[in-house]
Amino acid sequence: MTEVNADLVGRVFSGTPPCVVSAVKIAEFAEAVGAHSPLHHDTAAARAAGHTDVIAPVTFAVVIAQRAEAEYINSPEAGIDFSRVVHANEAFTAHRPIVAGDRLHAAVHVDAVTERAGIAMVSTRCEITDDAGDPVSSVTSTLAVRGADA
Amino acid sequence: MSALAADVGVGAELFSATRSVDRAALVRYAGASGDFNPIHWNERFALEVGLPGVIAHGMLTMGVAGSALTDWLDDPTDVLSYGVRFTRPVPVPDPGAVELLIVATVGAVDAGAGTARVDLRVTVEDKTVLGKAQAQVRLH
Repeated sequence: MTEVNADLVGRVFSGTPPCVVSAVKIAEFAEAVGAHSPLHHDTAAARAAGHTDVIAPVTFAVVIAQRAEAEYINSPEAGIDFSRVVHANEAFTAHRPIVAGDRLHAAVHVDAVTERAGIAMVSTRCEITDDAGDPVSSVTSTLAVRGADA
Repeated sequence: MSALAADVGVGAELFSATRSVDRAALVRYAGASGDFNPIHWNERFALEVGLPGVIAHGMLTMGVAGSALTDWLDDPTDVLSYGVRFTRPVPVPDPGAVELLIVATVGAVDAGAGTARVDLRVTVEDKTVLGKAQAQVRLH
């Protein structure tokens, strides 16, 4: 058995302050994952392609999602011992590109907690929206949390 | 540089690419992402928790494979969604680097939706490190 609290399924965590995305942060992340498209690095190229500024790489939303997920994972009532956590899967759906200058909000939904063989699978969905409330990105993540005897 | 043509066939190989990841890349990704888990930079800590040594962030491996695809495309926004399972840790030696082999093939075509599923096979020394690594890509 793990200590993960299944009663939190259905709960939404949205207390993380908004994230203002900068061109510097996008370039830094793009460099780190080896994304070399000029649309991540060159404002003029991004504008020529119809964007207001440089756009973020395909997995950039994880920066916002993981920060927001921490509010849930670190909450005492979640019952998650982070030293026993392994990342099981991750997926991104882009509703529109993330662009430098965006001010983004994150709401983390606890979608499922299932337990078998002493391992809890914790599935979250982070819905990222812009200042207008329009959807930008959905990030789903499953963590495997080992129990003390697993 | 390319785009996926509407008449692309299932099974077509789009590209094959290798990417090196060394310890410096892990430090860089930690800083860029804000993920400072010591298993990704502290050998002593990684060994203490039962790992073979410092391992790459799963999200770095996912990001590098995704970047290989978005760099191959003319327009990175052609990737509408992208998901993976983390199936095996990727130890990163010191000194040296681990080599990721990324092979992209077309897994399915949905002409009605104007999209194709691109499957990314990501291996280290012939062993798969990302399972079900799939991207939904816009057709042109």
